[in-house]
Amino acid sequence: MKSGLIVSKIRNGTVIDHIPAGRALAVLKVLGIKGIEGYRIALVMNAESSKMGKKDILKIEDREIEEKEAELITLIAPDATINIIKDYEVVGKRKQEIPQEVVGLLRCTNPSCITNNDVEAVTRFRTIKRKPLQLACEYCETRLTEDEVVRQILG
Amino acid sequence: MRDVISILDFSKSEVLELFELTDEVLSGKFKPRLEGKIVATAFFEPSTRTALSFTSAALSAGAKVLGFSSDEATSVSKGENLADTIRMLENYADCIVMRHKLDGSAKFAAEIAKKPVINAGDGKREHPTQALIDMYTVRKLFGTMEGLTFGFLGDLRYARTVNSMLRILTMFRPRMVYLISPPQLRARAEILEELNYPVKELTDVRDIIGELDVLYVTRIQRERFLDEDEYEKVKESYRLEYRTVEKMKRDSAILHPLPRVSEIDRRIDSMPQAKYFLEASYAVPLRSALLHEVMAGD
Repeated sequence: MKSGLIVSKIRNGTVIDHIPAGRALAVLKVLGIKGIEGYRIALVMNAESSKMGKKDILKIEDREIEEKEAELITLIAPDATINIIKDYEVVGKRKQEIPQEVVGLLRCTNPSCITNNDVEAVTRFRTIKRKPLQLACEYCETRLTEDEVVRQILG
Repeated sequence: MRDVISILDFSKSEVLELFELTDEVLSGKFKPRLEGKIVATAFFEPSTRTALSFTSAALSAGAKVLGFSSDEATSVSKGENLADTIRMLENYADCIVMRHKLDGSAKFAAEIAKKPVINAGDGKREHPTQALIDMYTVRKLFGTMEGLTFGFLGDLRYARTVNSMLRILTMFRPRMVYLISPPQLRARAEILEELNYPVKELTDVRDIIGELDVLYVTRIQRERFLDEDEYEKVKESYRLEYRTVEKMKRDSAILHPLPRVSEIDRRIDSMPQAKYFLEASYAVPLRSALLHEVMAGD
């Protein structure tokens, strides 16, 4: 079955396509969507894709993804397309740019890092490589690989 | 007023200016003047040389000094976090010299404090003022810091002084840098990745001993090991022997940030290459010049 046929078009909201297969739940987590907020959400996992083999798709009604949120999605879905929908039409696209800095979302894997030991310290990672993704802790310089970033976001 | 967190906070010209100022402190041509200033020495982790040399440097420049040399005597032992301790300290002093066991603690403290913070060692990350002393020693001995061949022997994984040294060398185009350590104690990738000069890793210093201008030896940083068994596996895994030093160039130098434990044969102390006590003697003039730059240099 073609993925486009599984769920109908949404009137207003955001469609995120070309998410790597199995990462749609991680995208929802990045967006802070737990399901109790009341948005109508269509989640398609492991749909066929000519470009990717398999992919995930998310359609979120009445929720526009901001640029900053789109950057965070890029961490786990670098080739995703994010379309903003109004009255069934695509009215905007969010640029897929890896953020230069990721604040507060990820945990440093170094147990001796200050961010794991002071209640006031907030994690801050700088992007040092885009493909494959590699981040560096701004405090202790420990590197986070793409796998680790996805693992943390998936929880 | 500025923070000193990483050696990379300095430009090459700032390093050279600081060394010229240190020359003038040593010759008596310049006297740092910090009358009316208060320096806090916040040593959450033990220190002899660094804490006392900063204290001596501050006192000799006319500043007053307060502080502590262990977190047991502070409210940290009652559960106070670093941020609150720093907020308190900056009410009492014009500058905070800080050592802490946690990686990145100095940067975090500098973000909290409006007063300048000088990193006197943060976990296994950096010890920038030690690298300044080390390179100042190289400059005094060789008349140049450019184009030399360096060897770093020992615990390159956890030694923060090595990190700061490898970074300061990016300013001085060394001919070659040999990193000599047991495989478990190799320098970390995040440090090596950003170096702009040739580096070779090896396990036996004897293979290249005759090539070296500077041999920098470190002790095994026992306190940084998360697992005591790992420490047991590598302790005493290297040692600089008298016979090895006999093969060094006569005008080459052995440096060590000290303290040393058993990694240098004590008979080497009387050999012409042994420069670690000379190196230690530059700590007070350099740190007094630095304190002047940090607090009164603007």
